[in-house]
Amino acid sequence: MNQRIVEKLQSHFADSIVSVNEFREELTIVIKKNDIVKVCQFLRDDDELKFDSLRDVCGADYYRPEGRFEVVYNLYSLKNKFRMRLKVRVEEENVHVPSVTCVWQSADWAEREAYDMFGIIFDNHPDLRRIYMPEGFEYHPLRKEFPLMGIPGSLPLPRKN
Amino acid sequence: MADFSDLLVFTKLDELIKFARKNSLWPMPMGISCCAIEMMAFAGPRFDVSRFGSEAFRFSPRQSDLMIVAGTVTYKMSHVVRKIYDQMPDPKWVIAMGACTSSGGMYRSYSVVQGIDQFIPVDVYVAGCPPRPDNLLKGLMEIQKKIARGEKPGQKEKIYIEETFQV
Repeated sequence: MNQRIVEKLQSHFADSIVSVNEFREELTIVIKKNDIVKVCQFLRDDDELKFDSLRDVCGADYYRPEGRFEVVYNLYSLKNKFRMRLKVRVEEENVHVPSVTCVWQSADWAEREAYDMFGIIFDNHPDLRRIYMPEGFEYHPLRKEFPLMGIPGSLPLPRKN
Repeated sequence: MADFSDLLVFTKLDELIKFARKNSLWPMPMGISCCAIEMMAFAGPRFDVSRFGSEAFRFSPRQSDLMIVAGTVTYKMSHVVRKIYDQMPDPKWVIAMGACTSSGGMYRSYSVVQGIDQFIPVDVYVAGCPPRPDNLLKGLMEIQKKIARGEKPGQKEKIYIEETFQV
């Protein structure tokens, strides 16, 4: 199955693929950021592959000079009972990624989570608001430079008496 | 003339009020996470808090005078806890149940308040993760003792209930 997916993607989107990696039969494909929506659309609509379920979208912070962030898409095909993973690299100075909510509705909250925790902005997302942290919180807690115990005073407590 | 000595008890009005208060504490169950399950057991038939006159768990702060904060209080939730505490009529007592509530517990992180005493006065801390229901009963009894001594809520020294283990 992995072989088939790679062949199909390479014949349709040869320019969009950055790298293909297979580890213990898990397939991970890194895609160019601006092509993510059309690749996703293809994977969902192709009659043979039918990746009709987006299980998760998450962020990752590698804290390196280039391609600091990654957005990871975990796909599942109900028809083939098969999983695969897509990745997109995001630069620190341009944290915009096209939203895949137009392909899978389930991307909505998952992308909000990645936005809240990593500050990655999903373009064309219908409702990009914080999901865990309070409105108006300035920081993104899962970024590597954010201190584990938080920044004093950034989250107000109620008055004591 | 009939002998009433067996039937009558003389006391001061003050003592009578304290006695009534101490035996009719109505808890506000502020159950936020796993501790809440132990708190339910504390109200259930095995541990049976109604023996202490506290069987009426009121889900309205306006009818409660003892708040049992049972669970992890995040910064987002702290405002809700404080609001409910504010809505309770005086005199009101607070039990901090479990490690998370008392000190943040295992959550040493940006999102969890490291102890609810940062925003409400606590009278009794019950240790454990989660504490056993009988330990929570002990916490309740300590509140009763405070009331019997005529203390005011949130003022005198705090009480710490140690953890016990079932063998």
